[in-house]
Amino acid sequence: MSDYLTSAAPAASVGVVTKKFFTFAEPPNEMKLASGAKLGPVTLAYETYGELSPDRDNVVLILHALTGDSHAAGFYSEFDPKPGWWEIMVGPGKGIDTDRYFVVCSNVLGGCMGSTGPSSMNPETSRPYGLDFPGITIGDMVNAQKLLLDHLGITRILAVIGGSMGGMQVLEWCVRFPEMVAAAIPLATTPRHSALAIAFNEVARQAIMADPNWQRGDYYHGAKPDTGLAVARMIGHVTYLSDEAMRRKFGRQLQDRNAFSFNFDADFQVESYLRHQGTKFVERFDANSFLFITKAADYFDLTDRGEGGLAGAFAGVRAKFLVVSFTSDWLYPTARSRKMVQAMKKNGLDVSFCEIEAEWGHDAFLLPSPRLSALLRGFLERVHSEEQSLERRDKIHAF
Amino acid sequence: MNVETKSMRFDLQVIASWIEPGARVLDLGCGEGNLLYHLKESKGVRGTGIEKREEKVAQCIASGLSVLQGDLNSEVADYPDHAFEYVILSQTLQQVYEPATLIDQLLRIGQRVIVSFPNFSHWRNRLQLLLAGQAPVSEQLPYQWYDTPNIRVITLRDFKRFALRMGITIHKEVAINTDHHNLEGHVVHFFPNLRATYGIFLISNGSEGLGRK
Repeated sequence: MSDYLTSAAPAASVGVVTKKFFTFAEPPNEMKLASGAKLGPVTLAYETYGELSPDRDNVVLILHALTGDSHAAGFYSEFDPKPGWWEIMVGPGKGIDTDRYFVVCSNVLGGCMGSTGPSSMNPETSRPYGLDFPGITIGDMVNAQKLLLDHLGITRILAVIGGSMGGMQVLEWCVRFPEMVAAAIPLATTPRHSALAIAFNEVARQAIMADPNWQRGDYYHGAKPDTGLAVARMIGHVTYLSDEAMRRKFGRQLQDRNAFSFNFDADFQVESYLRHQGTKFVERFDANSFLFITKAADYFDLTDRGEGGLAGAFAGVRAKFLVVSFTSDWLYPTARSRKMVQAMKKNGLDVSFCEIEAEWGHDAFLLPSPRLSALLRGFLERVHSEEQSLERRDKIHAF
Repeated sequence: MNVETKSMRFDLQVIASWIEPGARVLDLGCGEGNLLYHLKESKGVRGTGIEKREEKVAQCIASGLSVLQGDLNSEVADYPDHAFEYVILSQTLQQVYEPATLIDQLLRIGQRVIVSFPNFSHWRNRLQLLLAGQAPVSEQLPYQWYDTPNIRVITLRDFKRFALRMGITIHKEVAINTDHHNLEGHVVHFFPNLRATYGIFLISNGSEGLGRK
């Protein structure tokens, strides 16, 4: 996903928030990963907004995309100029209303924003893991999040919500812990990574690995593979936009000049934009994390869960779904969302689906959209009230 | 959305009265979700809608309904057999390209199917054709031949003949006459094929449908 909006945030905000940390899987009780490897200790950075209700029935778990973090909303201080990455959606009175819901968002396993990843210290060598970090999957990320929720005393989630790779985690949550998830909102996502998406990730990874500073991942004490990571980010940005979005945003406009340079400066605005995005990105992201996390996304395939293909994967799922796609998203196009919806219908699941007309490509899910906000608000209100009436029934039965 | 029975189309009021509390219902072409909302609020029905237009779909979901955006002809194919107690196709049959195929699908996924459509053999339509010699244009069928979405000409009698031929059992049939907003109306008992503006049928596949409840 792109860098979120840096423009002025809407008036209502969760305000000043604190990043918290939870460490678990201390040796010898390491976390077992899908690859068979063991990892520990593991730390997850997380944030929470809003109040947990006495019945603990208002938990909304937000799952971030490839380069996101635990900072979904609010500011780290009064002077912090930049709000969380989903400030437009998460806050008092917003689509995900923090006056009603207790929102939890954590940085993924393998990340570089406070959670354990390849830049973390390897306890065995007292050096950063680098390529000694074990390969991870979306399922491993979800398992770690489950342990965080256990730690927070949460046994039931009202809704898991996420876009892009966050949407993959949403689907994984529903399949892995069906009894915990009341509802789910996968946005702009796919039930399995396509060859096209893998191809772009591979080109991005190759850009990093071709950077001489990469040093097979062992660069933490010297110069970093900034050029490679910046190129990787540029490739990503192309896939997050669309033909139409780029035409509107840049067209063939030249950058700070009236004529072609006839050298390899950034002649066009689109070149300048991509270079800028690349440069900005290396300040905040670790190249090895990029490698491990993109691989996890590439491995994601819900149809590999045994019998019955995609419909089989949803066989034990009980969540109510709101699936949303965007018309100009060619990275995870609407057809993929429809495949999911189809599998859910075959299993008799309660599913709503909306394809939002948007010209901004894959990034649309992060941009301000009154429609998306209204969809999330309405769906959450419904599942919350249905969940509450279930509780009332259970209480009556208990007497 | 605030929907009371009174502000709902009269044919939908009749349809709503046929549905038992708590039933699982699929509403095809649900529009803004008036019927589904009414069924949910007044009868605790577990409803799903299918609607083509994004704006309407979003409106439905935002008001707490479970609705899928898509083309009803293809969307119905994904459901398992008898997934719903009622499948509703209101005022859409006349716009369907392959009505026989669709109805067959609906009878597969629904234990019972409710179909409503404008009656083309209403006396005013007949008079227009007979006296003016032109394709009928009325309050129920307000289009010209060249811009109408209503590509199928159906009368109450046609539908009954169709049911007989396909081995479909008709459990209930009501012919109604509505005012020009379609909000109020009455049931037509005499000469319905001549006097009714709409027909509403409750059907199932042979004798099997109604047994499984």
